[in-house]
Amino acid sequence: MATADAGVIVAAPRPRFRLRLRLREWLNREEVLGPLFVTPALLLLLVLVAYPFCMAVYFSLSDAFIGRPSQFIGIRNFVNLWESDAFRQTFQNAFVFTSIAIAFKLVLGITLALLLNQQLWFKRWIRGAVLLPWVIPTALSTLGWWWMFNSLYSVVNWTGIALELMDPPGPNWLGQKYYAMTAVIVVNIWRGLPFFAITILAGLMAIPKELYEAAEADGAGPVRRFWYITLPLLKPVLGIVILFSTIFTFSEFNIVYVLTNGGPINSTHLFATLARQVGLETGRIGEGAAISLYLFPVLMFVVWAQLKSVRKEVL
Amino acid sequence: MASAKKRRRWGKIGAHLLLVPFLVFALFPFYHMGMTSLKTDRELYDRKAVPLLIRQGVTLEHYTKLVRDSEFLTWAKNSLLVSFLATTLSLVIGTVAAYALARLTFVGVGGLGTAIFVTYLVPTSLLFLPLAQVVNWLGLGDSKWALVVTYPTFLVPFCTWLLIGYFRTVPKEVEECALVDGATRIQALWHIILPIAVPGLVCAALFAFTLSWNEFIYALTFTSSSDEITASVGVTQELIRGDIYYWGQLMAGAMLGSIPIVILYVFFLDYYVSGLTAGAVKG
Repeated sequence: MATADAGVIVAAPRPRFRLRLRLREWLNREEVLGPLFVTPALLLLLVLVAYPFCMAVYFSLSDAFIGRPSQFIGIRNFVNLWESDAFRQTFQNAFVFTSIAIAFKLVLGITLALLLNQQLWFKRWIRGAVLLPWVIPTALSTLGWWWMFNSLYSVVNWTGIALELMDPPGPNWLGQKYYAMTAVIVVNIWRGLPFFAITILAGLMAIPKELYEAAEADGAGPVRRFWYITLPLLKPVLGIVILFSTIFTFSEFNIVYVLTNGGPINSTHLFATLARQVGLETGRIGEGAAISLYLFPVLMFVVWAQLKSVRKEVL
Repeated sequence: MASAKKRRRWGKIGAHLLLVPFLVFALFPFYHMGMTSLKTDRELYDRKAVPLLIRQGVTLEHYTKLVRDSEFLTWAKNSLLVSFLATTLSLVIGTVAAYALARLTFVGVGGLGTAIFVTYLVPTSLLFLPLAQVVNWLGLGDSKWALVVTYPTFLVPFCTWLLIGYFRTVPKEVEECALVDGATRIQALWHIILPIAVPGLVCAALFAFTLSWNEFIYALTFTSSSDEITASVGVTQELIRGDIYYWGQLMAGAMLGSIPIVILYVFFLDYYVSGLTAGAVKG
């Protein structure tokens, strides 16, 4: 246009070119490009997350069974579940498992993060080693633990006996109620600890050094410095780590499935493993979906708490 | 002065000593898996032998049997294909969505950001039952393509979330300069923002690949025939025949199934550390 104004004769742009130019300008508008760019993600979420979720709700209110038309039966699945011993046991397991595992991950995670924050010789390698359990496929590393807890060849028992901490032959880890729960929790701690340690370490590194120097100059010892500087400033990070871990420990599947498959006698079943057993192995999809949905209130709580803190910063 | 230096030195040694139990806890399972996979059966099932060491000779028998007698290579190939495709797909979808959410203003942008964040928190074990039905309706029952389609449900929210953070660190002025010079937004994204955000893209790709490779519950539910399953499912389901466990072979499978991730991990350790802390990845 500018050239035309200057009085120079130019050939009119060919129609094809003009169309492309218009398309280009149209695409450049925020209210066009924005929705266009989010459409693939939105479609994916609608078809493969929102829709299955609605289906889960529908299933849970029906007597759906694999390969059979289903009927609406209201909340009978939820009522039936409360009357089943397996479910009540699972409900209890979920809370025992999650609270103990998170308590240990938190305390050990803070300890490990404090140690990693010291001057170390092979800092990078030590961090790498600490993070390793978190990157390896859980189903496969849990196989290793399964072998370590084997009733005949358990290396855990062998070591315990060799160090005279256990009486031979040692506990049958996966065959006895409380030992099986202990084993499942230990593996969960093993896998989840790196997440706690590395995230808390990042939080530690963000605390200004001057605060410690000032406190030291004022005569505060290590314990007081930890209690009055480190812990308060670490609070937001700890909050996020605990919330994240709550939802993913609560919904744990891999470790229990490989290690005990819920046994002995349902004593290690969690919602996800029981949902699979009821929904797929016995075919009662309706009841299975209802079990899965018990994860939902926990999810809602975590989402609510996260949005309250995260939204302010990022969105 | 000298005593302060000495004290610091002892503190350093003390920190290392205290780290030893943590390192043993973290690494011992891998050590034991490795040892078991390299032992002869005779030593493996000898109850008088020391399980921590190999004394009667190292053997690769379990590995050769695994590769020759089982479909392990097919499973590994499936894992590789699924992880690669799901990662690529999610990275593309996540990049454009993240750009829109980080830089453009349009109706519903806030709501969508929240929706993606919420989806990021949804555990896979909540939706696997109905998803299995959806997969069947799509005609993908017992097919690895079901995994390529469903893995993005947890990868896209993660990639989007991570990349929004990276895109926001690119100063708006840089992009505006390009726009004033006549570049379109798509060109600005491609030539200016993406090159600056390369570390973010690498990080997102690494995590997406690792999460896909490690995924278990969807793979276990949606696929079952030997040609379609992934390495994790193959090793845990197919190598166990009846009540007899071939522990050497099982451990060899677990080792080989972890190798690709370990290789990536060794080369890109720093990305893993920074990605974990930046995105507060699922743990």
